[in-house]
Amino acid sequence: MLFQLAWRNLWRNPKRTLILLTAVVIGVWAMIVIGALMRGISSQMLRHGIATLTGHVQIHAPGYRADPVVENSIPAAAPVTARLAALLPAGTRWAPRIRVAAIAGNARHSAGVTLVGIDPAAEKGVSFIGAAVTEGAYLPSEGEGGLLIGRALADRFGTGLGKKLVLMSQDSERGIASRAFRITGLFRAELEATEKEFVFVTLPEAAAMLKLGAGISEISLLLPSDGLASEAADRLRQSLAGEALEISTWQELLPMIRGVLELYDGVIFVWFLVIFIAMGFGIVNTFLMAVLERLREFGLLKALGMRPSGIVGQVLAESLLLLLTGQALGSAFGFLSYRGLARNGIDLSAVAEGLEYVGMTRIIFPVLLPRDVATANLVVFLLGLLVSLYPAVKAGRVTPVQALSSV
Amino acid sequence: MFSLDVRMAWRNLWRNPRRSILTLAAIAFATLLLVFMLSWQFGSYETMINAAVRGPTGHLQVQARDYHEKREIEMVVDDPGAILALAEALPEVAAVTPRAVAFALAASDRRTYGTAVLGIDPERENRVSELKKRVRRGDYLAAGAAGQALPGDILATNLRAAPGAEVTLLGQGRDGSVAATAVTVAGSFRSGQDVIDRATLYLRLDDFQETFAMAGAVHQVVVVGRSLDEVPRIKAALQRGIAALGRDRELVVLDWSELMPGLLQSIQLDLVSGFIFYLILIVVVAFSILNTFLMVVLERTREFGMLIAIGVTPGRLSRLLLMESAVMTFLGLLAGILLGSLVTWYYQVHGIEFSGAAEMLRQFGLPERMYPRLSLLSIAVGAGLVFVITALTALYPARRVKRLSPLEAMKG
Repeated sequence: MLFQLAWRNLWRNPKRTLILLTAVVIGVWAMIVIGALMRGISSQMLRHGIATLTGHVQIHAPGYRADPVVENSIPAAAPVTARLAALLPAGTRWAPRIRVAAIAGNARHSAGVTLVGIDPAAEKGVSFIGAAVTEGAYLPSEGEGGLLIGRALADRFGTGLGKKLVLMSQDSERGIASRAFRITGLFRAELEATEKEFVFVTLPEAAAMLKLGAGISEISLLLPSDGLASEAADRLRQSLAGEALEISTWQELLPMIRGVLELYDGVIFVWFLVIFIAMGFGIVNTFLMAVLERLREFGLLKALGMRPSGIVGQVLAESLLLLLTGQALGSAFGFLSYRGLARNGIDLSAVAEGLEYVGMTRIIFPVLLPRDVATANLVVFLLGLLVSLYPAVKAGRVTPVQALSSV
Repeated sequence: MFSLDVRMAWRNLWRNPRRSILTLAAIAFATLLLVFMLSWQFGSYETMINAAVRGPTGHLQVQARDYHEKREIEMVVDDPGAILALAEALPEVAAVTPRAVAFALAASDRRTYGTAVLGIDPERENRVSELKKRVRRGDYLAAGAAGQALPGDILATNLRAAPGAEVTLLGQGRDGSVAATAVTVAGSFRSGQDVIDRATLYLRLDDFQETFAMAGAVHQVVVVGRSLDEVPRIKAALQRGIAALGRDRELVVLDWSELMPGLLQSIQLDLVSGFIFYLILIVVVAFSILNTFLMVVLERTREFGMLIAIGVTPGRLSRLLLMESAVMTFLGLLAGILLGSLVTWYYQVHGIEFSGAAEMLRQFGLPERMYPRLSLLSIAVGAGLVFVITALTALYPARRVKRLSPLEAMKG
């Protein structure tokens, strides 16, 4: 009965209600869509960061992270990897790597790169490189391996498939290890910086070149979901306590991306508040107007014995219905827009160099988090009712004499 | 007649002070936010550009054609003295310095790393970049002493090379010969950007030129102007000067946006996304206040009908309504500009600290405390955007009132 009355009251002045409703709908829509776009940007940065040889959790020898050289290697991968399956959630994948600073050079050019020795089969499911080779072939699991370099590095060096490239680094005996590899594959990456930084050979060839034996630099783990990292890392730290290993999560390995994620959390919430304040003025003003027009009616209701709280409740019920309708429509439009944008993403390749500069990916796919939809709706609903209290209380305070004498 | 309209509009506004104040507050809120946010954006762009300019790039560089893309050691600026003199003669130029760049293997007795090697003129460099201020251990390169090196902090740590230690450099010279030298570490610097601190080593330019067989040539002549606004003028003057020397076929002048296209694009990206935010915000505000404007008309239909009946033309009536909206809008804009400027000014003095994002900012060479910058531009753009949308909003009721017939109006 209360809500039926409220609903009818709302539509006594359809134009006014429609205008306010539009404000609420656009507001909620903007909260959801902009929120989803920002989540998209940050989650793709994270996805990209994790795929670019980070993984969710990494295992190193102590000291490797501060000083990534061959001396700080894990003596052998097998004893560690043999225990991982029992310790980690099902679906976790891992890959051992050798990763050292090196110099790549040919007759005319030389540049600092990161030499990565990988187990081609294991690496495939863990990092980007398994699916990134666009010319030539990925490294073979068996037999003689080749060398994968990035497209941008190849362009800079004026080299290509089948040509030779000399890699130079320090071996485990502090000598200079140097070896010529034939380029067997070129890879593309989201950022040009990645294409220029990494060169890949097979694990056995890297180990032979660096005289590492069975040693490796790191084991990178990819968990079924981002949220499991700290839990998995804790379990590893406990179980592998005796092994002299350092275990780090992506939050520790990618402090920049963690910073972006935290920043966006804050920015999204502030955006919600700002949009709410903008529509809040409309809510207060419109209801205030509606209430002042109906002073006679409220006076009459009071004269008939309605208590002030009843009138406050009546006005709040109207506001509640309006807010809920606006939220439902706004959320629905927001969801539709999200679906539309998610199909192809927003392609920002036109400003690719700018994206490279800030480390963003080229195509933004929005990510709709239920948590954000809930927060947006909660902000509008709770704060909306809160500001409606002002006109509601005003209506409740009216006395019959006042009301009937004022026109 | 004009003043009468204004007076009537003013009085009409205060017939319902609460409503007018709320509407005014909505306009002021949007203006305040826009003025602050735009000042913030412009301030951060300036910080970003300055950080990049004061770092390795400068406002402009004179380079050999194609050097910027290919970075080959044989693409040089011969006789840099002439270019330096040319730039120094310009009144808009604050400082000029030559640099040479190569890649080499740096080895201490324990470790070997690849690094970029930059040859600099220590005194001139100090007027262009903040390198000297960023020396953390040991000393900056001394003017007279030959054979000194200044590696990045991470490189020095990785090499285990404290000040005084010896480092050998092995690379390839301009003529393709083997370039090798032994240098003493004078100190190390920290820019905060890991990519730089891990793989950069500075030498004195004459040491560099000798080691890499440069025959007196350099790779970049870095120019810093008195302000960012002077850059186009300096660029044009340098291009004219180089043409006068007859060297415009071999040399090009690149400004910061060409040297760092990513920086300019990321600023554009930020501007565009900012405007999308602001537009959405203002549209929500517009719908919030549209009701007030509209309600004013509906409530006062009788009054308007009477005014028309006693001979006020619908045109004047609609002008009167527009005047009311205009007065309200201007009051709102004024309040918004005032408050927005105050808030911005406060943060311009005290700065905004991003302690959580400090690491992120550091990697872009930015300080963790950032400052908005209040300017006429940010005020004008912010207030202008709000004005355009509210003016459009106000048109609707003003048009409606024109169609009013006195008979019907007075009946209602």
